[in-house]
Amino acid sequence: MIAAAVQHLATPHVDALSFLPEAFLGGAAILIVLIRSALRRSSAMFGLSVATALIGVAASGGAVFAQWYRIDVDGPYAAFNAMVAIDGFRVFLAAVVLGATFAALLLSIAYLRREGLEGPEYLALMLLSATGMLAMTAANDLLVVFVALEVLSIPLYVLAAFDRRRLTSQEAGLKYFVLGAFSSAIFLYGVALTYGATGTTRLVGNASVPSIAGFLSSNTLLDQGALFAGLALLLVGLGFKIAAAPFHMWTPDVYQGAPTPVTAFMASATKAAGFAAILRILLSGLSIYRLDWRPAIFGLAALSLLVGSIAALVQTDIKRMLAYSSIAHAGYILIGLEAATPRGLAASLFYLLSYAAMAIGAFAVVTVISRRGDDRHALDDYRGLAVHHPVLAGLLTFFLLAQAGVPFTGGFVAKLNVFAAAADARQYAILIVGVIAAAIAAFFYLRVVVLMYMTDSEDSAAPRRVHVDPASALVLAVAAVLTLELGVLPATMLHWAQHAGLLFA
Amino acid sequence: MSFPLLTVIIFTPFVGAIATLLTPSRRPEYARVAGYVFSIATAGMTAYLLWHFKAHHVGYQFTELHRWMPTLGIKYSLGVDGISLFMVGLTALLFPIGLLASAKVDDRVKVFTVWMLVLETALMGVFLSLDLMLFFVFFEVVLVPMYFIIGGWGHGRRVYAALKFFIFTMAGSAFLFAGLLALVFLHQSDTHKLTFDIQTLAAWAPKGLDNSTAKWLFMAFFAAFAVKVPLFPLHTWLPDAHTEAPTAGSVILAGVLLKMGTYGFLRFSIGFFPKAAVDLAPLLLVLSTIGIIYGAVVATMQTDLKRLVAYSSVAHLGFVVLGIFALTTQGLDGALFTMVSHGLTTGALFLLVGMLYERRHTREISDFGGLWKSAPVLGGLFCAAAFASIGLPGFSGFVGEFLTLIGTFVVHRPYAIIAAVGVILAALYLLWAFQRAFTGEPSGENATIADLDFRELACVVPLLALSLFLGIYPKPLLDRVEPAVKSTICHVERTTHYREPASARGRSTACAASQEASK
Repeated sequence: MIAAAVQHLATPHVDALSFLPEAFLGGAAILIVLIRSALRRSSAMFGLSVATALIGVAASGGAVFAQWYRIDVDGPYAAFNAMVAIDGFRVFLAAVVLGATFAALLLSIAYLRREGLEGPEYLALMLLSATGMLAMTAANDLLVVFVALEVLSIPLYVLAAFDRRRLTSQEAGLKYFVLGAFSSAIFLYGVALTYGATGTTRLVGNASVPSIAGFLSSNTLLDQGALFAGLALLLVGLGFKIAAAPFHMWTPDVYQGAPTPVTAFMASATKAAGFAAILRILLSGLSIYRLDWRPAIFGLAALSLLVGSIAALVQTDIKRMLAYSSIAHAGYILIGLEAATPRGLAASLFYLLSYAAMAIGAFAVVTVISRRGDDRHALDDYRGLAVHHPVLAGLLTFFLLAQAGVPFTGGFVAKLNVFAAAADARQYAILIVGVIAAAIAAFFYLRVVVLMYMTDSEDSAAPRRVHVDPASALVLAVAAVLTLELGVLPATMLHWAQHAGLLFA
Repeated sequence: MSFPLLTVIIFTPFVGAIATLLTPSRRPEYARVAGYVFSIATAGMTAYLLWHFKAHHVGYQFTELHRWMPTLGIKYSLGVDGISLFMVGLTALLFPIGLLASAKVDDRVKVFTVWMLVLETALMGVFLSLDLMLFFVFFEVVLVPMYFIIGGWGHGRRVYAALKFFIFTMAGSAFLFAGLLALVFLHQSDTHKLTFDIQTLAAWAPKGLDNSTAKWLFMAFFAAFAVKVPLFPLHTWLPDAHTEAPTAGSVILAGVLLKMGTYGFLRFSIGFFPKAAVDLAPLLLVLSTIGIIYGAVVATMQTDLKRLVAYSSVAHLGFVVLGIFALTTQGLDGALFTMVSHGLTTGALFLLVGMLYERRHTREISDFGGLWKSAPVLGGLFCAAAFASIGLPGFSGFVGEFLTLIGTFVVHRPYAIIAAVGVILAALYLLWAFQRAFTGEPSGENATIADLDFRELACVVPLLALSLFLGIYPKPLLDRVEPAVKSTICHVERTTHYREPASARGRSTACAASQEASK
């Protein structure tokens, strides 16, 4: 009897491919730390670390591609006893995260050289954070989400404070750490309450695996208090990570203080990872309760849109302005979630992709222009930029107009899709808030454009000499082409976003 | 597959913009030449379009259809009918003239030319799109080049004016965006077909929408178009934008941009929501009549010549909206005629004011005086343009306003009577301004100003000649416009209880009869 029980102790079947992308990234991070300790002060050390990091990301991308191929052939599947789900959703967001990580790494090379911070630890931390993000895109269990959240957050706290000679960077790191630790704790409390209400932390499963979705569909909760409290706490924790109002307080300070490539990384990759969790939890785990969480998402979306757009109007620092604009963009992405339809999900995914391209592009220009010291981010420093650097000014204009949602840019098609999803789901209230916010937002993006172009060359305060290294130029070019491509010929990407459905959803 | 004429018309200026971008900044003359070549090429193809457009034909011609965003049912769909044909023609005409008038612009010529050509592409797209989303895309794109043209090459408070222009129109089109998405998805939930095709939606919307939804959507579309027109009380961006814009900007703004609003009323507001249009017509009639009188009175008070012309646009566009929402064949004919005529005459007035400004560096009427003596050609042309704008018989303005007033008179007598006062006021403000600026003895700088040179004549004369031609012989225009107008009226009659009185039909037959005939 006892022997039989021991034999039946289930060890999860390990499917190597399902964690290969994470393994490559994490492995590269560890390898970089090893290179650091082996080569010490050798001049090749930094170059080798950079190469390792880039190859690691590329290899991880290859593994994600292999997963995609397998999904294409066999369909989406769950692994590790349904703790992770490898589906189109995971592949799409993993591609966004990896692309953003690659771009952030490229931006960082010249930045670290310029600031004299050539530590390979920076690269290792960024890779580790990206590992957590990748895990987040696949997480089908609240505990896996929590572990991924911690893995992605802790390196980010350090990265935000990495420019240790600059006081604002230290402040950003500390602020992000304190508030981030709080939000993680709140999230964990939410996990505990949800577990208490449903008896499991698995989001969705099949017949053999108990899951939240399965439990809720086959049982009626007599007392829903614990579940709702848990849901609320989960939303607070994740709302913090995606920088949705009213949990956005850290965003302007951290975006402003952190080294600019890290800001680009946070705006694009972290946002994608945070949304991966919130979308999967609500749309697959708790989809039965959509009528209950919808008002909460409405509140988050409407507040983010209005707070982000209105507060950005009065900013005098470009990084702070872009931070508030990223809060507003979180609001647009939440509109797709609020619709709670497959169309809405596809719209949110497409938005995350195009926002990643626009945000990286804009922050790349800011990185290049800020020069040594990384502290000249006042809007006044952009006065008359077009006089001396027409190409950089043109690119920044393009990225800002894309964020404002001007047609023939990815930003427009992205907004079109989330608004279409809202109209499709008859969510007219959020649609109205969205279009009003978009109209307000046009103002502050244009303000920067005005400063760059409509200033006479005499009182130009912009730097005369700006060095654009090849890596940053590549990032700028790719971001611009992608933003344009998503605006003019979006059919392919829209098709992919539409087919990036959730497993079991 | 036939030659995609409309695509080529839309994108020739865009190709020109890219070509201009590649010219060296140190050689502005290359940019100028590129601007002329590509805008004239566009005009040439538009002339071909005008020539081969079949008059007396109902429906869209030269149509093109391609997939664009299949997941949303958005198509790249183009076509032209009597309503859009002359807007396209006006656009094609005014751009080479605008560029020619900008020969004195010597600051960043290349970028200026690029923005002008991009603007031409966007405007052509607006008038030729048969897909609601494609239309909206071009509608929004128009803002960007216009914003830069006003803000970059304007006068005085140009940045303020440009921003005000952008914010007003952007806020308006936000509602349009929400409205059109709601319309499209209501159509989808009713028919399970997701499409932005204008004809499909126009066939479905009048019956598929209930009254209150249709009214809400009408108001959403109204917000965007009323700002563009601009309709009183949403007109406050216009005087600033017009006055601060460079000459070419003012010409395009008055000549074509404002027409996007009235075009939208005609094509969408009436096409999609005929019931709401009939029900809410009194509101539009009141606002447009106020606009006519208010624009004229305020224009009379202006001391700045350019601002005066700007306010006269508010009055003229009031006539257009009045004619549209009279919902009679003659009213609509008149409205479309006035749209073309206003582009020609106000364009000429803005060009002449711009030429005066280049000579005297002021636009204050009180600074001028006796200019007719020192510059007889300039004076003569200004006089002709003023008369054309007032609507003197013989000029196109007369035909347009006359048709509008008749078309309104048979159904809404009081509005027509009040609006007719606006015609008299137009004579007052323009002739009074002309008298102060051009008659009497010139003194000081006014005595020595140069008369128009050949280039300036080449800008103004074609516009006035065309206005004179259409004033004497309006048939070519009316023949092409009328089938589209007729089908619009019939669309309203088919879908609502509204019936056009026989006396307002002019030469055309009743809807039922014409349908019989076409069978």
